Amino acid sequence: MSTTAERTDVLVIGSGFGGAIAAYHLAAGGADVTVLERGPWLESKEFEHDYKLGSSYTRVFDFTVGDGMSILGGNCVGGGSVVYFAAMPRAPRFVFDRQGSIGRRMWPGAVSRDTLDPWYDRVEESLSITKQNWNDVSYAGGLWAAACNHSGRTANPLAVAIDNTKCVNCNWMMAGCRFEAKQSLLVNYLPAAIAHGARIRPLHEVQHLSRTPDGSYRVHYNVVHDDDYRLQAGSGVIEAKIVVMAAGAGATPVILQRSEAHLGTMPRAVGRYFSGNGERLNTAVIDEAKAAELFGLERGDGLAYAANHIGKGPTVASWDKLDGSLPEYSRYSLEQLYFPPGLGTILAQVPGATGPSWFGKEKKEILKQWASWLTIFTMIEDDNEGVFGPPPATGNSHRISQQMLGRGNLRYEPTKNTLGAWAASDAEVKEILEKDGLAKVMPWTNDLVGAYTVHPLSSCRMGDDPHTSALDDRNELRDHPGIFVTDGSAVPGALTVNPAMTIAALAERAVPGIVQAAQRRGISVTYGAPAPDGSASGRKNVLPLLPSARG
Amino acid sequence: MTLEAYADTIVPGEKRSADDRAIAGVSTGGGAVQAGALELLQWDATGIHDGLDDLVRLVNEHAQAYAAERGLALDPAVPPFVALEYPDRAALIQLLTKPGHPEKEFWVLLSLFCNMAFDSAAHLNTAQAMADGHPGLKAMGLTQPDADGLWRFEDYSYGREFARLHPDTTSTGSPA
Ligand SMILES: Cc1cc2nc3c(=O)[nH]c(=O)nc-3n(C[C@H](O)[C@H](O)[C@H](O)COP(=O)(O)OP(=O)(O)OC[C@H]3O[C@@H](n4cnc5c(N)ncnc54)[C@H](O)[C@@H]3O)c2cc1C
Repeated sequence: MSTTAERTDVLVIGSGFGGAIAAYHLAAGGADVTVLERGPWLESKEFEHDYKLGSSYTRVFDFTVGDGMSILGGNCVGGGSVVYFAAMPRAPRFVFDRQGSIGRRMWPGAVSRDTLDPWYDRVEESLSITKQNWNDVSYAGGLWAAACNHSGRTANPLAVAIDNTKCVNCNWMMAGCRFEAKQSLLVNYLPAAIAHGARIRPLHEVQHLSRTPDGSYRVHYNVVHDDDYRLQAGSGVIEAKIVVMAAGAGATPVILQRSEAHLGTMPRAVGRYFSGNGERLNTAVIDEAKAAELFGLERGDGLAYAANHIGKGPTVASWDKLDGSLPEYSRYSLEQLYFPPGLGTILAQVPGATGPSWFGKEKKEILKQWASWLTIFTMIEDDNEGVFGPPPATGNSHRISQQMLGRGNLRYEPTKNTLGAWAASDAEVKEILEKDGLAKVMPWTNDLVGAYTVHPLSSCRMGDDPHTSALDDRNELRDHPGIFVTDGSAVPGALTVNPAMTIAALAERAVPGIVQAAQRRGISVTYGAPAPDGSASGRKNVLPLLPSARG
Repeated sequence: MTLEAYADTIVPGEKRSADDRAIAGVSTGGGAVQAGALELLQWDATGIHDGLDDLVRLVNEHAQAYAAERGLALDPAVPPFVALEYPDRAALIQLLTKPGHPEKEFWVLLSLFCNMAFDSAAHLNTAQAMADGHPGLKAMGLTQPDADGLWRFEDYSYGREFARLHPDTTSTGSPA
């Protein structure tokens, strides 16, 4: 075994929510932290408004087609936070009591909404999460709220990590925010981690871990070509006393599976119980005249709506079914969403098609009405039915296109519970939006790339039962001390709302335990750094004064 | 010609000339072919550029078998898939992309890129494509960007309260 390997105290794999939060606190506490990130490191001015392959739009995200489930995620420094829509609600209370497919509470006894709330508070401060008001809500969100109200339902402007004073409503959030309005990790935890000495290495894709004789870990990586991710530009090894895995729920279990030959048997739950957060999309084609007539909508110029492309991601959700007294699998939220052309458009189906529904003559006709589309995103309670097959040669997929597109080994066969919940939510979306002829609605087809998720969860989940959870309630991998998992794969199940807030809160919650484990391994590190932007409110008040102070 | 006929089945367009065989001509305005599907498919960035000849051969074999089963006579002057009428082209693609078809993944991928040529012009710079009147982006009603090639919308909200909030909402806007 070579003795020339590089060393670091803590090696973090992935720089999304789980990775960035751990990296910041450990670096701020004095540990030597290195972050390996598979994707490129882009600055705001590199976030282009361009659908061309090779622009930031394809460089920063990753689409992995599986068998029955495809995952869309971030692929860059900042991970999913760079491509996400920044909707940041907390998970409702009942979620933590869910039983899912195992017939008993699947969250660890130590985690509930009450115990997580202080950690949610911290994330809220760090990412400047604010509750939007009706003036912030996009035309699409307004239309959705009006439709909900018209059919006797409530509707909520969402809490978001967006600085609305900087937002230009361009709707290019998925290509990275050019205007630094989106509070991605690139503007808080990551710069704070770097300020405390953390090193981030982009285009480093971790392949597997092995162990050193003294119980540290060796992390084996390939360097990825900066334009064509199918190509490799070298490889290397770093040794670390603590490894924090945060490659996302579609990649963390794959790295662990590939490591099994070196580290020994993995807990049974590694690569099982995957959840797509119960996601599903419906596309409504709005009848403009009806929108004007029913709700008195008008944008000037005689337009009532026709504003699919204006605004931001989700701005309004309906939470009427988030009622803890309802039985499991019947609770879900319905959220308005923007989805750009490209991958998504092909999955939209023609309402009432007589021929093929996702392509062809009739599909072209609804494409011509694209500006009048309203997309509704459902998050139901699924059954954690995803299982990862044997890992591909490298990374978590066999890469097909130069960027973005790959074939992975996830298998997902929805159970009756999941199918039933999807059907019930589809029916409700139809009921709300087809009332009085407002729209025609169809769900996205699952026939092409399976179900589709931007919220992968639970593939390496935490819990109290070693049989059904890969991590203990402090996020440490069972039987492999010193390896922690802090990303979406640790979340035990679907949340019925957007997950980044909960992933981030759980990562914050995991840090004190990681610090203790690091101390036990001789790393000089303490816990207690403030939220990276703890001074945010103070600075916001002071900065505008500076020019005059200088004058 | 076969790939053009395939792309035209995914997003159909208008015949380029009276004797256009690849484009079935079941729709007005440009379709995937006019949008540049061939250019996109042949670009190595897609990862399917290498396999196009095989896909052409395969889809023609499937077209031949499809016609034989239904007793359709195919014009030998053009490739079998091109010789099919539009409804048969569409029916064949439906068969090939159905869950369970052994070659489904290839045909889904091919269809995906044909669609992307039309709905996002993934082979072109978007602002430039808009300026040049790309038929797909234009048909979909994408608006022109500002002079610097970036989109901004000054008006974006009705600015009206449209509904009651859910009664169990926290002060910071989350489910209670
Ligand atoms: C289009 C879109 C919109 C979304 N909108 C919202 C929203 O509005 N609200 C919300 O709550 N959630 C949203 N999400 C989901 C959210 O982005 C994810 O839930 C969140 O980012 C997951 O955090 P994570 O830490 O688990 O992993 P990620 O943020 O995915 O980070 C994982 C990182 O690991 C890297 N990586 C993977 N494999 C390796 C490897 N082998 N070696 C090194 N690095 C590796 C990846 O490139 C990535 O950067 C959205 C997602 C998408 C794609």
